[in-house]
Amino acid sequence: MECYLDNSATTALDEEAAELMKKISVINFGNPSSLHHRGFEAQQYIKEAVRELSKLLRCSEKEVFFTSGGTESNNTAIIGAAINNRRRDKHIITTRIEHAAVARPVKFLEERGYKADFLEVDGSGHIDLDELRDKLTPDTLLVSIMHVNNEIGAVEPVLEAGKIIKEKSPGCLFHVDDIQGFGKLKLIPKDNNIDLLSVSAHKLHGPKGVGLLYVKEKTNISPLIFGGGQQSGFRSGTENVPGIAGFALAAKKAAANMETNLKRFQTLKDTFLSGLSGLEGFNINGGDVPYIISLTVDGVRAEVLLHALEEKGVYVSAGSACSSNKPAVSETLKAVGVKKEALDSTVRVSLSRYNTEEEMIYASQCFMDIVPQLRRFTRR
Amino acid sequence: MLHSFLIKYAEIGVKGKNRYIFEDALIQQIKYGLRRLDGHYGVTKVSGRVYVECPEDFDYDGTVDVLRHVFGITAFCPMERIADRSIESIKKSAVEYIRNNYDKTDFSFKVDTKRADKGYPLNSMEADAIVGEAILEAFPETRVDVHEPEEVIHIEIREMINIYSKVIRGAGGMPIGTNGKAMLLLSGGIDSPVAGYMTAKRGVVIDAVYFHAPPYTSERAKQKVVELAELVSRYAGPVYLHVINFTDIQLYIYEKCPHDELTIIMRRYMMKIAERIANENDCLALVTGESIGQVASQTLKSLYVTDEAVKTMPVFRPLIGLDKQEIIDISEKIGTYETSIQPYEDCCTIFVAKHPVTKPNLKVIKHSEESLSEKIDEMLEEALQNDELIIVGKRSSGEEDK
Repeated sequence: MECYLDNSATTALDEEAAELMKKISVINFGNPSSLHHRGFEAQQYIKEAVRELSKLLRCSEKEVFFTSGGTESNNTAIIGAAINNRRRDKHIITTRIEHAAVARPVKFLEERGYKADFLEVDGSGHIDLDELRDKLTPDTLLVSIMHVNNEIGAVEPVLEAGKIIKEKSPGCLFHVDDIQGFGKLKLIPKDNNIDLLSVSAHKLHGPKGVGLLYVKEKTNISPLIFGGGQQSGFRSGTENVPGIAGFALAAKKAAANMETNLKRFQTLKDTFLSGLSGLEGFNINGGDVPYIISLTVDGVRAEVLLHALEEKGVYVSAGSACSSNKPAVSETLKAVGVKKEALDSTVRVSLSRYNTEEEMIYASQCFMDIVPQLRRFTRR
Repeated sequence: MLHSFLIKYAEIGVKGKNRYIFEDALIQQIKYGLRRLDGHYGVTKVSGRVYVECPEDFDYDGTVDVLRHVFGITAFCPMERIADRSIESIKKSAVEYIRNNYDKTDFSFKVDTKRADKGYPLNSMEADAIVGEAILEAFPETRVDVHEPEEVIHIEIREMINIYSKVIRGAGGMPIGTNGKAMLLLSGGIDSPVAGYMTAKRGVVIDAVYFHAPPYTSERAKQKVVELAELVSRYAGPVYLHVINFTDIQLYIYEKCPHDELTIIMRRYMMKIAERIANENDCLALVTGESIGQVASQTLKSLYVTDEAVKTMPVFRPLIGLDKQEIIDISEKIGTYETSIQPYEDCCTIFVAKHPVTKPNLKVIKHSEESLSEKIDEMLEEALQNDELIIVGKRSSGEEDK
């Protein structure tokens, strides 16, 4: 049996979206900026996608901008905000557990004279709102907090954070990385005082290479990519029409069944964990959302466990997978207090709506078979 | 652009009656290297000289890179070849050659004519003088210096006229295929590809064996070794890479033997397996990347114990006297370093003890190995039977295989 449980790294493309993308790539392949009919057609696909996605975000169509994916969205939000708000205090607040696509741009700014504060998290991965309140100054330019953590599935108190920010520092921009939440947990930017929100298509059965940045109207933010002035000049470059259309369709389908899906994820998680009952020496990190399960398995190296599971057709990730292939220490796991010797023993199981209970039973059986075997052979 | 190269070789020249074997092997290797480039190249031997003729629109830098990877070439010279052998034609071509190949012409030079065709109406001294004068006339800023010239303009009078002045250093060594075949123990590290390169340099065809330990080592670790074999094959020609699944043997040793002896016992079994595959594939020696004292398993005592496992052939360790930095320098030169340092674990490091033995005693080790007697032979057979052969850097179909 093959059992893909690495859906927070990426998901399979929805077949309908694939069909649509093929049609647009081969038949309606025009450049949306062209004045002829082929261009017009392409533009209609973009408009339709904007309409769909703005409906899901309950925002105005003018507030949706397409990017090459989550990483570009995060970079644009953070660096674009920093460039245009230099007159404020060069102060940014973020958390210890952000994805590298947030952490690295913040570091880039730090190296260029900006000051960054990092909010600590507790053992379950949550920030402390009092710490946020303390660190905010009336002149802070940007706060960036992720919605759902990609490694341990912790959900951050975005609503409360938004209130605090607007209360204490009304001019401060609030960016939320919603790459692991969008399409699975509802988060409406306007209801949460969010100015900037990043989304990626390929985490919800959309194509790779496309994402969006929600930019609240009148937000002062600079583009990072210049050229032909597409997307109102905010993000130049010929639009990825097939990608954008596939993204919108996949997002629509994900959002249509959000509650059912969430229940289903919970059932799948329960099935998986009950399959592990009797297994000793493991611990679950975080776990606010049912579709990301972070397991620290004592006495087993995560990479070895990953490859052993792979031999049985079960695909999981070790620590923070989607960032790179280098075995780097996970900042998130360190931040939630996973002990040094256990950092290398953590795997992530992440679900999609395509997973079945049968698969979860099989996967848990594989864990039960492999873990004791691997524990016999460890470095002494 | 110059469309021909003169290939110079040294050691081959002294091989007496066997000379043609070496020259033919050299030509084979040049052709093998050039197969990566587009267009039809001619590689020919004419009265004891090897020439490479390039297609009309060719990749000059790519061609130079290929020639730098061919063992047996001490140097090669991009050159002008002309069919019209009249002295007027030679003068004109020499001037054109300089115009096309030098940005600045304020150098001192001499003309060095070699006359292979003794029937040519001018002798070489006369030709030197006539061509030199033509050059001085065309480029008044040049000057003649016969003792320490900055540039030597070579004119060869043969069945055609060759004009060249630039000499590019080659890889040296002997052409691949002129000295038998050896089995390289290839890991993902820095050393073993260098050891393979150094052995191939003396004309030896390289087969390789890699020990794979899934799930402890990953598919990417194996791919890395394939890539290293590919890089070695750029010098050594096609590499027959044998991938041996070593997991069960390793775990068996782990369970039965003292932990601090794990690495040394494991290496002894790797040598035994390599020796078996070597024998089955007509290899006459094993090659490893060991260097004395680099790690616990490479102390002289450890090498002594490892070596004892091999009974039927010599084990060559071309890096034995090199320091780590010297090995790194070579791996950078031959282009394997960047691949070698990719961080994937190989099977030598996964279970390594915190304090492995550095002074193993052969008797003690053999005694420990006795506790493996129940199953080890069977396991070795199984590992050999499941040998996965990957041919890296294959010749294209239709070409002669080794």
